Amino acid sequence: MMDDDAQQTELGMSNLAGKEPFNLLQGLIALQHKHHYIPSDELERLAAASGISETHITSVIDFYGFLHTMPHGEYEILFSDNITDQMQGSHLLADLLSKGLGVAIGTTREDLRVSLDYTSCIGMGDQSPAALINGQTITRLTPSRIDQIIQLIESSTPLQQWPEELFVVDGKAQRKAIVLDTEYTSAAAIQACLDKGAEAVFNQLEQAGLRGGGGAGFSTASKWRLCASAAAEKRFVVCNADEGEPGTFKDRFLLQSHADRLIEGMTLCAAAIGANSGFIYLRGEYRYLLESLQSALDQRRNKCLLGDAILGHNDFNFDITIHLGAGAYICGEESALIESLEGKRGIPRSRPPFPVTQGYNGLPTVVNNVETFCNAAMIIQQGPEWYRQVGTPASPGTKLLSISGDCDHPGIYEFPFGTTITEILSCCGAHQTMAVQVGGAAGRLVSKSEFNRTIAFEDIPTGGSFIIFNQSRELLRAIENFTQFFQHESCGFCTPCRVGTSLLVKQLNKVMVGHATTKDLEEMSILSSLMKKTSHCGLGQTAANPILDGLGKFPKLFQSRLRATSFEPAFDLDASLEEARQLTGRDDPNAHLEGGGV
Amino acid sequence: MSNHFTLDGVTVPFTTGQTIMDAALKAGIYIPHLCHNPEFKPHGSCRLCTVNVNGRNVAACTTPAAEGLEIENETHEITTQRRLLLKLLFVEGNHVCPACEKSGACQLQAVAYHCGMLAPEFVHFYPKRAVDASHPETIIDFNRCILCELCVRASHDIDKKSVFTISGRGIHSHLTINSPSGKLGDSDFTASDKAARVCPVGAILPKHKGYNKPIGKRLYDQAPISQVGDVAQHQEATDE
Repeated sequence: MMDDDAQQTELGMSNLAGKEPFNLLQGLIALQHKHHYIPSDELERLAAASGISETHITSVIDFYGFLHTMPHGEYEILFSDNITDQMQGSHLLADLLSKGLGVAIGTTREDLRVSLDYTSCIGMGDQSPAALINGQTITRLTPSRIDQIIQLIESSTPLQQWPEELFVVDGKAQRKAIVLDTEYTSAAAIQACLDKGAEAVFNQLEQAGLRGGGGAGFSTASKWRLCASAAAEKRFVVCNADEGEPGTFKDRFLLQSHADRLIEGMTLCAAAIGANSGFIYLRGEYRYLLESLQSALDQRRNKCLLGDAILGHNDFNFDITIHLGAGAYICGEESALIESLEGKRGIPRSRPPFPVTQGYNGLPTVVNNVETFCNAAMIIQQGPEWYRQVGTPASPGTKLLSISGDCDHPGIYEFPFGTTITEILSCCGAHQTMAVQVGGAAGRLVSKSEFNRTIAFEDIPTGGSFIIFNQSRELLRAIENFTQFFQHESCGFCTPCRVGTSLLVKQLNKVMVGHATTKDLEEMSILSSLMKKTSHCGLGQTAANPILDGLGKFPKLFQSRLRATSFEPAFDLDASLEEARQLTGRDDPNAHLEGGGV
Repeated sequence: MSNHFTLDGVTVPFTTGQTIMDAALKAGIYIPHLCHNPEFKPHGSCRLCTVNVNGRNVAACTTPAAEGLEIENETHEITTQRRLLLKLLFVEGNHVCPACEKSGACQLQAVAYHCGMLAPEFVHFYPKRAVDASHPETIIDFNRCILCELCVRASHDIDKKSVFTISGRGIHSHLTINSPSGKLGDSDFTASDKAARVCPVGAILPKHKGYNKPIGKRLYDQAPISQVGDVAQHQEATDE
C-alpha cells in the first residue's frame, strides 16, 4: 500500500505548489484522506490559497458522499449496501460490527476511534459482503472476519499492518471469449495508428461496429471522429472508470488485470484525435487500484509509450493523470464526470453541446468507458473482422458481464452479444431463477418468461450488471434497495428527479408496511412516468425503472400488500401518537387508536 | 423562407442560435417556466417548460430551435405533466399561499393556476428550513426556495459577487449564502443587487414594504401569467 504522504503529494496539495492547475476536488480528497474529515482550519487555508470562497468549497464537500466537514473516526468503515451484499447477510454483519465496537451505524464513536455507515455498491458483487476501510476494500466478510476487524481496531493496529488476506480482490475471469482470450501486444495499436493514420483507425472501428461499453452504445468511431473534427487547439481523452451502477464490476476487473490494454486504448485515441492529455476518472470506491494504475502508467512512460515523443515520434506527446471520485454515482454520467474532473459538484450539463465539441474546460473531449478503450486497442491490433466474428449485426463483438446474486460462480464473464439469458444462467450455475436485473438499478428487471431474450443493444442492453434472484428472494426488497439508491444518488438539479426519487421511496415504503391502496399504486406509476419523461439526465429518466418493471411484471408483489380501502393516509396515526404517550407516561387503551387510527 | 417551426400548430419564426423558448417568447407565446429568465443563461432545472418535439420531451429553454420542428406545448398530456411537476415543488418546500407576502405576484402560484393545479395531493415533506432576517433591507425565507438558481446566476453573472451557492445533493440541495456566518446580513449583498429582483417566488423579499400593494391588486390578480409573463420584469419596471 502506498503511504499516506505519497498519496497527498500525488493527488492534492502539491497542486497548490504549481505542479498542475489546482483542482479543488482532488485537494479535498487528499485532506479527507489525511484527517478523515476536512477540518475548518484546513478549509480556511485552502480558501486563502486557492481564492475560492469557503462557502463554495463547502458546497463541493456537501455534494460528495466521501467528504465530510464533521470529524469522523480514525477508522472509517463503509459497508457496501447493494442488494447483493444484503443477500449475503451484510446487514447482520454490520450489526455485529456495530455491537462489537459500540458504535451505532451512521455515527462516529465518541473517542473518534471509528465511524460506521453504509454506502452505495462498491463494485464487489462477486466477493460480497464487502466494505471500505479508510478507502481500502475488504472483501468476503464473515462473522470471524468481523471479530478480527474489531480486534484490529480496538488494538489501534495501523491499516498498513492489517493481514493482507483481508484486502484480496480476486481478479480472474470465469469465462473468456475472443477479447480476453486473444493475446494483447503492447504498442501494436498505437504503432498501427502512427503508421496508417487516424482515418484508418476510425474506419476500422466503424467496420468493427464498436459501441460504447457503458451501456448507451454510441458508436465509438463516430465519437472519435466528431471530436477529431471539432476545431480546437487542445483535445482530451477521458476514461470513465466511475463504475457506479449497482452490481457492475467488470471495469474493476479490467483496471486490475488489464490496465495496459486500457492505457493503450486511451493512447490510441489520443493519437487518432490529436490529444496531449488524458484522465482516468477512477471512482473513489476503487482507490485500492490507485497504486497499481500509477505504476502501470509509469511502466509505459519508461518504455516511451506515454509521455513525450511516444514511440520516437517527436510530435506525439500524451500523458494521463488519474483523478479520484468521492462517492457520487451521478459522476458516471459523462458531462457530470467532466464537471467533477474540473473540481466542481457533479451536475450533468445541458446537451447540446456534447463533450465531443465542448467537454473538459470547454474543449473537445472523448469520454469512453474502460471496456471501450480496451476493445478499441484490441480491434486495431486484430482487425475489424476479428471482432465481428461473434455477436449480432447490430451488436458485434462481446460484452463483459459482472454476474452476481444467486448462482454458484459469480464473477466476470465474457459473452458474445446475442447470448440468451438462459445460456448465461446455465453457464454461471444459477438454479430456480425467478428474475434477473440486467443493467443494474437503472436497468431492467427480466422475468422468467423473457429468459429467451438476449444481451444486445437491440434487445436487452446493459453496461454489464447481471444480478440473479432465485425463487426464495423477496423481489420487493431489491426494488426498494434500488429506489433508495436513486434517492441517495440524485444530484438534486432537476425537479422530477430531486423530488420524485424521494416521493417514490415514501410511496414504496407505504406499500412495504402494508398501508398502501390501489390509488397509491396508480400514483406511483404516474410519478414514475413523469420522471422518465421530464428528467434532465439518464439518472432521473431511469430511476423509476425498478418500480415500473415491478408493477408491470410482478404486480402481485405489490397487490398482495394492499389494503382493501380506497384511501389510506401515508402515516400510521396511532404510531404518530407514540411521542405524546411517552411524554404523558400513558399506555392505556384510551391512549391508542384502534386499527392504527383508520 | 426558412427558420420556422410550429408550436401547437402556430408557425413561429426564429433566428439561428435561439432556443425554442427564445423564439416563443419573441412571438408572444407563453411556455410555462420558473427557472428561466431571458436575461440569463438557460438553466433547464425546473423542467416546467418541457415540450414535446417530434415525439421527444425536451426543455424548451435549453433546446435550440431548428427548422421544421413540430412542437407540442399546451396539450392535455403536457399540461398534466406540468401540474405534476408543480405539485412536486409545492410538497418539497413549505408554500403557504394565504400567508405569503408574495401571493398574487408569485410565479409558482400563477403557473399553478395556469396549469389548473387545485391541490398538491402528494405527501408533504414539511422540511425544516430557516428564515434569514439578518440583512437590513432584504429577508430570505428558505421555506419558499424552489432552487431555480436565478439569484445564484444574477449575483455571479451580473452583480459579480457570488453571494449565493447551491450546496448539498439530491433532496438535501439547498441555497447557501457566501459570508463568514452564512447569514445574508454578513455578506456583501445589497438591495440594489440584481439578485434582489429575480426571485420568481417569495424566497427573497424586500423588507419594510409588506403588503404595500394589497392582495387583489397584484400582478397576477389582474391578468394571468400567460399574458403578463414573469414577475421579475414587472418588478424592475416598478423599481425604476
